[in-house]
Amino acid sequence: MTMFLTTAVIVLIFVVIFQIAKASEYVSVLKGEEVSRKQNNKINGFLMIGFLVLGLIGVWYCNELYYGKTLLVQDAASVEGARVDSMLWVTLAVTGIVFIITQIILFWFAYKYQESDTRKVFFFPHNNKLEIIWTVIPAIALTVLVVIGLRNWFLFTGEAPQNAMVVEVTGKQFGWIYRYPGKDGSFGKKYYKNIDNASNSLGLIWEDELAHDDVVMEQTMYLVKGKPVKLIIGSRDVIHDVGLSHFRMKMDAVPGIPTTLWFTPKYTTKEMKEMTNNPDFQYEISCDQMCGNGHYSMKGVIEVVEQEEYDAWMVKQKPYYVQQFPDKDPAAPKPATDSVKTASAKPVEAAKKAVAKL
Amino acid sequence: MSNEAVVHAHGAVTTHEGHGDHHHEHHHHETFITKYVFSQDHKMIAKQFLITGMVWAVLGGLMSVLFRLQLGYPDATFPWLEDILGKWAKGGRITPEAYYALVTTHGTVLVFFVLTAGLSGTFANFLIPLQVGARDMASPFMNMLSYWFFFAASIVMLSSMFVETGPFSGGWTAYPPLSALGDASPGSKIGMDMWLISMALFVVSSLLGGLNYIATVLNMRTKGMSMTRMPLTIWALFFTAVLGVLSFPVLFSGFILLIFDRNFGTSFYLSDIFINGVGALPNEGGSAILYQHLFWFLGHPEVYIILLPAMGMVSEILSVNSRKPIFGYMAMIGSLFAIAILAFLVWAHHMFVTGLNPFLGSIFVLLTLLIAVPSAIKVFNWLTTLWRGNIRFTPGMMFAIGFVSLFISGGLTGIWLGNSALDIHLHDTYFVIAHFHIVMGVASMFGMFAGIYHWFPKMYGRYLNNTMGYIHFWVTIAGAYLIFWPMHYEGLAGMPRRYYDYSIWESFKQFAELNRFISTVAMIVFAVQLLFLFNFFYSIFKGRKVTTLNPWGATTLEWTTPIKPGHGNWVGEIPEVHRWAYDYGKDGKEFIAQTTPVGADESHH
Repeated sequence: MTMFLTTAVIVLIFVVIFQIAKASEYVSVLKGEEVSRKQNNKINGFLMIGFLVLGLIGVWYCNELYYGKTLLVQDAASVEGARVDSMLWVTLAVTGIVFIITQIILFWFAYKYQESDTRKVFFFPHNNKLEIIWTVIPAIALTVLVVIGLRNWFLFTGEAPQNAMVVEVTGKQFGWIYRYPGKDGSFGKKYYKNIDNASNSLGLIWEDELAHDDVVMEQTMYLVKGKPVKLIIGSRDVIHDVGLSHFRMKMDAVPGIPTTLWFTPKYTTKEMKEMTNNPDFQYEISCDQMCGNGHYSMKGVIEVVEQEEYDAWMVKQKPYYVQQFPDKDPAAPKPATDSVKTASAKPVEAAKKAVAKL
Repeated sequence: MSNEAVVHAHGAVTTHEGHGDHHHEHHHHETFITKYVFSQDHKMIAKQFLITGMVWAVLGGLMSVLFRLQLGYPDATFPWLEDILGKWAKGGRITPEAYYALVTTHGTVLVFFVLTAGLSGTFANFLIPLQVGARDMASPFMNMLSYWFFFAASIVMLSSMFVETGPFSGGWTAYPPLSALGDASPGSKIGMDMWLISMALFVVSSLLGGLNYIATVLNMRTKGMSMTRMPLTIWALFFTAVLGVLSFPVLFSGFILLIFDRNFGTSFYLSDIFINGVGALPNEGGSAILYQHLFWFLGHPEVYIILLPAMGMVSEILSVNSRKPIFGYMAMIGSLFAIAILAFLVWAHHMFVTGLNPFLGSIFVLLTLLIAVPSAIKVFNWLTTLWRGNIRFTPGMMFAIGFVSLFISGGLTGIWLGNSALDIHLHDTYFVIAHFHIVMGVASMFGMFAGIYHWFPKMYGRYLNNTMGYIHFWVTIAGAYLIFWPMHYEGLAGMPRRYYDYSIWESFKQFAELNRFISTVAMIVFAVQLLFLFNFFYSIFKGRKVTTLNPWGATTLEWTTPIKPGHGNWVGEIPEVHRWAYDYGKDGKEFIAQTTPVGADESHH
């Protein structure tokens, strides 16, 4: 019923507009087409300047409404991200100035030079000096932006610092699997044909002893504040993308071709909760590359903690190998496998204990 | 008739008096079929492209309205949706499958069918022969085939909407492995095969058209029409055709490999894949990134295939309605040329986050930002064209001015995204959506509208209704900014594109209200386009009649033809050209047509 009404209203509006349009055409024929054309010209010239003014007010108002909802109000959560932000501000300043000036000129000229019987058109086919000026100035401005950009680009895509921890991230439809190298600091080899959802989600090669202490988990990745982290990114099926908007970083996960990404977290999750006044704050990993019908729900979480908390948490993690083959557990046959889950829920408590001991 | 230009060039004027008459006095007998369906008249083919493009624009636009409904009202249910979409909107809410299919088809259709075929198909066909002074295209038959291949592509694409597993739903860029594996997404089953067939037909159509446009511009200009006397529309359409001819085959090769991977067990794009419910696939050693290189080698020039015709028409319309020559004609050609060259050298800026070699990435940053220079030249030249002119706000002119505004707004954000370090942050967010919709989507639509309003009198011998034209313009430009401007803010919040629902995301759910606003405006803007369509079809039959040969007081050749030119365009001889296309306001004269010989006392510029 509402559907019907809406359609009826829309059709009615159409009919009214059409009748007005039709009538105004007849009127213009009666008044003389030249006269009414000039009248229309005046109206539209005025609307041009009106659009400019309203538009600029709109730009300001939109900023009022939504600036606070962007990441610009939050400090970048990584050291490298801060460089992205500063670059963003420089680019905004340059393009913002050009935007304001050129839009004002465009609509102002349109208004100012609207048809008038008294004006004689200025025959001005070209002027080399002017053209050189507006070739050179943008070229210089862009050179500056390119230099800033490339310095950052080479930093971001360059080698991660020596002390960086390494975490492997693997995308799948529709979730993330993380792998830590364990005590030996090296990942064991894997082969995709070994993948088995129940017992070997990454296809680790168990014959490789380096794989025996690798820690594998889903949902939440733990990182350390102030410690660079290098992510080795891959995919099990289609292309995904590790989107880390708070850290201002992003990298595709491509099946068969590992990619890397590194950054240095600056604030713990707890600190971010306070800084953003949002008790529900999370560092979210969003999949930023269309990966199928569940794309929109492919969410991961990063928990940034202090080193002690991280250590306490890591101690509680059971290697994937041991989870699959409990009899091979070197730490004797005691706790149940579900301790992994409960442990990750209270790293803070564990850390407190660790601190108390010191 | 292709000899016409050659004959002129040799100066053998005496031979073709009878020849010219022959075209019209003994015109071949035309039936309904040869006149309206399998027509070889470039003007009719142009109209066929235009109207087919309009049908697709309505369908593609309607799709965007449907998925904006989901984005704006993620929790609401609309029972009528189930009535139209059936299982794709169970319970009145669009399913994720349907949402992604809509997004994908919207993109494919708008980019290729509307803004490539509908834009350059229409105006290259219509304007090239008329403005260079030719009776028709170099090969009218190939030209006809070009349209019918496009028509076939349309039919296949349309049919893919109705298959059981749904149309392709992996995004218009169709990245494998998602697009290669039916088990990874139902849309990648038969729907994707049809998508590929349709696109292959489309590539054939655009090559047939493009070769024809190039041949016509190079060989069939009338006497005196040197390359540097051509209107900028023709230059732009010429470069567009060159871009298409050089890049579409690469896309086609990419599709061929994809077809092989899908159907014949090859591993060009596939490696190390485990699909839930299927297990590990045998394919090893392929590169999913290879496809992206092949795709974007077309994909980026494609952006300019869409934009250049709009730029050309806007240059022409701004000049005509400012009653002033286009400023810096040679610089305009030079910048078109620079853009055409650079278009081929920047494709990997779509791939900064694929793990691209950083050094290679840096070269692409440099070349990408270089495009801003010719773009800036164009903008400043347009602004200077307005300066001290005597502007007539015809609806065509309004859209041309709107184009410049949108091109500035959208072009500037390109500087953000072209800079790789910043692109890492903004890639695949709503910032990108805002950028390319403004600069490529809406701006090119504005170029197309400008062209339609400006050349409608030549197409149909009648005018479009001005009042509806002005309403169309003001609502559309205001609406376009209201829709896409706030999206920059969503992008700056990191909000990813192609999400069906944002409510589970702590970082992106704060824009629910804004999304509703955008959806509402999108519906209004869509409705106003229907008003335009009504104006278009109504005016074909009932519009005010054109009574003078040259209603806008333009210098170019199309206005020397009869009000309703027949096949062959000019009765009698094709006029000779004596000057460039932009003598407006020269020596105190309102305008001097290209056909007027240069007077002895005329000033030089």
